[in-house]
Amino acid sequence: MAELARIYVRLVGGRARSQLEYRTSLALQIVATAFLTLLDFVMILVLFENVATLDGWTVQEVALLYGLAAISFAITDLVVGHLDLFPQMIRDGTFDQILVRPLPSLLQVAASDFSLRRLGKVAQGIGVLAVALVALDVDWTPGRILMIPLAIASGTLIYSGVWVALATIAFWIVDAIELVNSFTYGGNFLSGYPITIFGRWLRNLVLFVIPVAFVSYFPALSILDRPNELGLPEELRYLSPLVAVVTAIVALLVWENAVRHYRSAGG
Amino acid sequence: MRLDWELARRGYRRYAAYPWATAAGLFTNIFFGLLIASILLAVYEQREEVGGYDVADAMAYVWLAQGLLAVVASFGPSWSELALRVRSGDVATDLYRPVDLQRALFAQDVGRAGYQALWRAAPQFVLGALLYEITTPGSALRWLAFGLSVCIAIIVSFAVRFLVNLTAFWLLDYRGPQVLVLTVAHLLSGLIIPLSYFPEPFGDIARALPFAAMLQAPIDIYVDEPLGGSTLGVLLLQAFWAATLILAGRVVLAAGTRKLVVQGG
Repeated sequence: MAELARIYVRLVGGRARSQLEYRTSLALQIVATAFLTLLDFVMILVLFENVATLDGWTVQEVALLYGLAAISFAITDLVVGHLDLFPQMIRDGTFDQILVRPLPSLLQVAASDFSLRRLGKVAQGIGVLAVALVALDVDWTPGRILMIPLAIASGTLIYSGVWVALATIAFWIVDAIELVNSFTYGGNFLSGYPITIFGRWLRNLVLFVIPVAFVSYFPALSILDRPNELGLPEELRYLSPLVAVVTAIVALLVWENAVRHYRSAGG
Repeated sequence: MRLDWELARRGYRRYAAYPWATAAGLFTNIFFGLLIASILLAVYEQREEVGGYDVADAMAYVWLAQGLLAVVASFGPSWSELALRVRSGDVATDLYRPVDLQRALFAQDVGRAGYQALWRAAPQFVLGALLYEITTPGSALRWLAFGLSVCIAIIVSFAVRFLVNLTAFWLLDYRGPQVLVLTVAHLLSGLIIPLSYFPEPFGDIARALPFAAMLQAPIDIYVDEPLGGSTLGVLLLQAFWAATLILAGRVVLAAGTRKLVVQGG
């Protein structure tokens, strides 16, 4: 495991160094990425220009949801976000090269296109979360403070798991990557809002199937000391780490299984 | 004209070759449509109308915006295809051809827009209309004005993308202007939220800019909430932007062509 981490850092480090050669371009890209990502939050601000609360949540509370989700998603995007390009690897056969190398295929795919400009997304998430934490009137306890890094770590694992598991669709339908975007980008978009505003089947989807409700909603309930309005057990708010580990394991199993059944297009 | 028609058909067929991509895109549009509809409905729990949009208008907005975003190419390869050809030098071949580059690309883009309108915008709009109570234009004239507005929106969108691509003649990194314009366009075209939701005067200023002519203008006409209350005024404004930006594209292309030096041969 430590050996794999070392290899990953070396692979990614090389990519990072080459991008650092063009410092001005990189800086501009990071800033541009931050602003593009910030648009989702602008939507939230514009909504709150028109209403004081959204389903009983104030703008500061929604900003907390958004910040937690945005940071987790940004780190996920940094680590596995280029799975967007994975179908291309299947189409042009570069995935076959990966399979003959003596390293786990997922690790190689994850290290294939590390892009520092995605740090812009992380930065905007941290910015929004910082503003939210300052603006919120929370009675801070050690447990609630600890919940923040725990939520981000869990959220990153959940998003990564969802992304990896769904990207395997490309093994069967190469052109359907946008379907994955529904649940990755869509899941992230949804996590910026209290899940109570979504209809029953959407809520069940994010609770049980694509468990992004555990990225921001449940950790936020615990930080804000709010009861959940769904009539669900209150203990769910502490389960994010468990859900994250299970999601990651399921994703790895799905990936392994998909790779085992992969048949290259080439002769 | 015959050539334009043939190019448009090729533009259509190019997208028709990937039905799975269309289905996946359609699914994504519907999924995001459901999310945005839920969020806006939460707003209308507390408000009767926002910026002239009542709840039925807002639901119409959701499904029109999700449909039109593919038609006016809010995302996609057309933001960088020509730029890549400029960078590689392939554009020299394009300029050799006995057809006008801008016109030929526009014809192909019309084919692309037609495909997206037929297979992405229409089905998900029908689905949205079945699932939610949405505004429908009362008169045939309004439908006609909406259709015309969408056509002009496609021209404006094409003209903007053409200009963004042409920056590659001067800048080595075409991605900078691309990301910049995409960011501004997403916000100011009304893609993420109706522009009338913005606090005044920002909403009205945004609605007068060319980005609004790409998406918000047809929707405003559809729900009968045009900027300044005049449908004809909005159509004329859109036409003004279309003409100006197409002309700008021609001027910039001419300047870029003069600068172009083809190495070798």
